[in-house]
Amino acid sequence: MATETVRRPARVRRGGPVRTSEGRRAEARLAFRLLIPAGIVLLVIIAYPVVRAIWLSLYNDNRFGTSHFIGLRNYTRAFTGTGSDDFWSAFSFTTLLTLVTMVFELVIGFGMALIMNKAFRGRGLIRASVLVPWAIPTAVSAQLWLWNFNPNGVINQVFHTSFIWTGSHWPSFWAIVIADVWKTAPFIALLVLAGLQIIPNEIYEAAKVDGATALQSFRRITLPLVKSAVIVAVLFRMLDVLRIFDLPFIMTNGANGTETLSTIAYKESIQQIHPSYGSTLSTITFFYIIVAAFVVNLIARADVVKSAGGGVK
Amino acid sequence: MRQRGLLMIGVAFIAVYCLAPFYWMIVSSLKSNPLLDQALYPKHPTLLNFREVFSGENNFQYALRNSVIIAGLTTIVALLIGVFASYALARLQFRGKKLVLGAVLATAMFPLIALLTPLFQLFTDLHLIDTYPPMIVSDISFTLPLAIYVLTTFFSEMPWELEMAAKVDGATPGQAFRKVIIPLAAPGVFTSAIIVFIAAWNEFLIAYTMTSTLKAQPVTVAIAKFTGVSRFEQPFGTIMAAGVLVTIPLVLMVLFFQRRIVAGLTAGGVKG
Repeated sequence: MATETVRRPARVRRGGPVRTSEGRRAEARLAFRLLIPAGIVLLVIIAYPVVRAIWLSLYNDNRFGTSHFIGLRNYTRAFTGTGSDDFWSAFSFTTLLTLVTMVFELVIGFGMALIMNKAFRGRGLIRASVLVPWAIPTAVSAQLWLWNFNPNGVINQVFHTSFIWTGSHWPSFWAIVIADVWKTAPFIALLVLAGLQIIPNEIYEAAKVDGATALQSFRRITLPLVKSAVIVAVLFRMLDVLRIFDLPFIMTNGANGTETLSTIAYKESIQQIHPSYGSTLSTITFFYIIVAAFVVNLIARADVVKSAGGGVK
Repeated sequence: MRQRGLLMIGVAFIAVYCLAPFYWMIVSSLKSNPLLDQALYPKHPTLLNFREVFSGENNFQYALRNSVIIAGLTTIVALLIGVFASYALARLQFRGKKLVLGAVLATAMFPLIALLTPLFQLFTDLHLIDTYPPMIVSDISFTLPLAIYVLTTFFSEMPWELEMAAKVDGATPGQAFRKVIIPLAAPGVFTSAIIVFIAAWNEFLIAYTMTSTLKAQPVTVAIAKFTGVSRFEQPFGTIMAAGVLVTIPLVLMVLFFQRRIVAGLTAGGVKG
């Protein structure tokens, strides 16, 4: 009698479903079943090709005969062998492109978000126009900017320059940067704006009462509070630019050293029908992106922890 | 107030930044010789380029048909599969939920090019190149995670208790579902459909790889392969005209649903 166990009552939440332990298990089973279709589809469409690409990269290309297993020889060819010039050129171009576009997109996007955050008439119209660059297909905007950067085009006209923008390396680089930043800075603006809109006005008012200047409010209030929104934006954009294909392919076709990791992988795999070496390049790209995402995540986490820790005395 | 003036300048800058290139595209498409004529507006607007877009050389109508079918089917499939997963992620509690969410987000990391070579080989072997299935299947690789991401955001914010309240008021489960859940979920699902449709419509690399003729080429590829009014010059007028045709429906969609689209795209980022 004394050892009779008392059944614990089910947890009751106001306004929510009652979750008993049996209920929780049933919930998990239902969740599992609901997730299966998506899980299978993603497994088949993503996991299978990625695994097969890695497998392919370990063989050599032999269009007319059989391929042989050559281990990591394709990788040494890319890093230090006959393919290394093209590979490292594409690698450094892609990395530089990523860094530069992200800086510009962040600065311009953040500025746009700050402006859009202030209440004014026609705000809905501005928000709609901000979505226009996002809605235009990249392939179309690539054509548009190719047209703008034509030697007789509007850019040379407006700035009274006469570059052959897509005809040499650095003008091409900046043409691609401008085309990419144009399209995506507004998207970053939207992400940052969402973060800004959560900050209640009272904080700013209180700071003003305490005598803070606009710059101080910005540094001490705005920046820390939008940090997570900015980090998400940065992460997404970085992954996007590292994979960039449409713009360089359409605007310059990789000429004058403007190949990116995706364009060389594409040209090897599909145009030159070297699936093994092409898979090598795309697998390297894939791992590069994972590492980059991981590193950014680490930096972001460390930063967040540091600022959180600083508030505790 | 000086601050107000600065704000207005900033707003004007944003508007010009976003819309000027689009305006320029429209203006260029209406000029008979855009290469030589760089005025800010078309002095003698002409529909010459638009006619050329549909001419025998370019036959853009086929590309439009292809894009509609591919993007449409992709959207339907992605949403059908995605709603189930999103319901589970938004409404149910289970161990490893964060892991699943992380995995879905991780699939957004895959460079398309990494998927493309094996898929291209597979579809070549199946003799399916230049048909719709390869593109729809490949597009699912990025539209499904996107659909799940956006749908989960919307489903997390729905007031599900209303369904319980309806049942308490005497509705059958079927009635509660039809009269409460569906109207509540409809805007979120609809917005997700738009976002997914636009993503699929804009896709270039997969389409360029998996197609070779207008039998299956969508607009993004067709535009890249245009010939112009005169065979000897770059067909910028026609390209701009095609670009306008392709973009106007998207821009209209975006204008009408901008508030919802912004909510769907950004809420996830804020929640972190």
